[in-house]
Amino acid sequence: MSAWLTRHAQTSIGSLGRLSQQKLATLLTVLVIGIALALPACLHLLISNAQNATGNWNKAVDLTVFLKRPTSAEDASRTAGRIKQRRDVSNVEVITADAALKEFRHDSGFGAAIDALNENPLPHTLVVTPAADFTTSANLDSLAADLRAMPSVEVVQLDTAWVNRLNAILETVRRGLIVAAALLALGVMVIVGNTIRLDIQNRRAEIEVTKLVGGTDGFVRRPFLYNGIWYGLGGGITAWIITAAVIAILREPIGRLAGLYGSAFQLGGLDARATLILLGSGIVLGWLGSYLAATRHLRAIEPT
Amino acid sequence: MIRFDHVFKRYPNGREALSDLSLEIDSGEVVFLTGHSGAGKSSLLKLISLIERPTRGQLIINGQNVSGVSRRKVPAFRRQIGMVFQDHKLLHDRTIFDNVALPLIIAGVGTKEIGKRVRAALDQVGLLGREQSVPLELSTGEQQRVGIARAVVSKPPVLIADEPTGNLDPELSLEVMNIFRRFNEVGVTVLVASHDLYLLEHFPVRRVRLECGRVVDDIPAGISAGEKLVDPAKLITGSEGAM
Ligand SMILES: Nc1ncnc2c1ncn2[C@@H]1O[C@H](COP(=O)(O)OP(=O)(O)O)[C@@H](O)[C@H]1O
Ligand SMILES: [Mg+2]
Repeated sequence: MSAWLTRHAQTSIGSLGRLSQQKLATLLTVLVIGIALALPACLHLLISNAQNATGNWNKAVDLTVFLKRPTSAEDASRTAGRIKQRRDVSNVEVITADAALKEFRHDSGFGAAIDALNENPLPHTLVVTPAADFTTSANLDSLAADLRAMPSVEVVQLDTAWVNRLNAILETVRRGLIVAAALLALGVMVIVGNTIRLDIQNRRAEIEVTKLVGGTDGFVRRPFLYNGIWYGLGGGITAWIITAAVIAILREPIGRLAGLYGSAFQLGGLDARATLILLGSGIVLGWLGSYLAATRHLRAIEPT
Repeated sequence: MIRFDHVFKRYPNGREALSDLSLEIDSGEVVFLTGHSGAGKSSLLKLISLIERPTRGQLIINGQNVSGVSRRKVPAFRRQIGMVFQDHKLLHDRTIFDNVALPLIIAGVGTKEIGKRVRAALDQVGLLGREQSVPLELSTGEQQRVGIARAVVSKPPVLIADEPTGNLDPELSLEVMNIFRRFNEVGVTVLVASHDLYLLEHFPVRRVRLECGRVVDDIPAGISAGEKLVDPAKLITGSEGAM
């Protein structure tokens, strides 16, 4: 058992030593794997960040309730009071028709035209802010339906359509991520496999001798599997560095952009779990690519 | 120990290297395999090391029929046969120690035991102290001795050598053969393919001569080589006459 462990340790270190002797070739392979792994990692961050951001924005969605005309100002505030008692509502602001008109006159610059009207065409308006725990689109939809059913309510405007659209887009991107990740994983395996194939060609004589003195397929394959594992781990680390660099470059401008929209949104990087998955998939893909290539190509080498 | 029973070996190109060859080698014997180039010596050794397989006939080694040895079992089978090659087949990017240790590493022997046995094997071929050299720092004769140390380090019951002295001058050849003899003295069965007449004269061991893939002559140990090394055709008629 301890001899077995010692062997593996020696083989893995030997493999590392051999790779470090061919610095440029190893570096290029690791870099290519790193880029291939960084692409899905960045896509993943795009999706998770976008979700975070829209999560925040969903919370900022208010419902705008236009009351029927004519409704008295007292009725309006009574309705507002009733709505405010609901569990899923945190606040209701009443904008009376007069206040709305005043604001409109001030903002629009159509003062003279509005003065020409004999009566205020605007209804009383309630701005309903949902409670923090009730901001999913299902909750918002049912709240809107309830409000619509109230006798004095004319129209309820709920601006979740764009959030839904964005979620649909994110879902599409997520599917795309899965496809891209699968293709790039295949790519990583092909890169590793091809590198291992060249490696095997270069060490043909050594492989023949090892088989001659009784080396099993597994024994001959082992150093190449370690090569694959090191390539994969190196690629995973490179991908992590690339991703971290992308985040570092984008964090400041995106923070500024979010600030302009009045959001405190912060671009998030890879968490511990995502980091482990990234390194782990690098190792697994490197191992798998080298396993497939080594098994295939080593079979073909027999002493003569 | 090794028994060929009407063995044929035909290569994919149609060339028949061994035809209807029968030969029995007992445990603990030393046998010279002689014959002109192309007679089939290497082919015979390759059948023993399972580099090639018989086209027809039975080959039984150490009680085991090689036709029953599947591809997966070949490595374990080869570990009971030490092989020495004319071109040494050493790994040039590794030290002498690592070269000799290879069969033990493959067999999963522990690190301490490996050190002991590698030094013992190198001692037997007179190369103790050269563990940390690389093959190219050694002379051809020394490289060949490293090859022998590697072949015997795991104490196989059979040692086969294909033209082990092909690249050596007479003096070094004798030295190498003496090493083989010493292994034989501790019970190892030794089979050496060689057309080195000088060697044959100095070692009165059993001599099997091949010609066109057949055994044409089998001289037991102890008979002086001198008279046997004349015209082979005469030899055949001579033995026929005696019958
Ligand atoms: N791999 C091979 N493919 C085809 N023919 C071969 C092969 N190896 C040997 N031969 C042929 O088999 C015959 C015996 O060769 P070999 O066993 O090498 O003889 P020796 O070792 O006595 O010189 C020769 O005619 C040789 O050309
Ligand atoms: Mg030959």
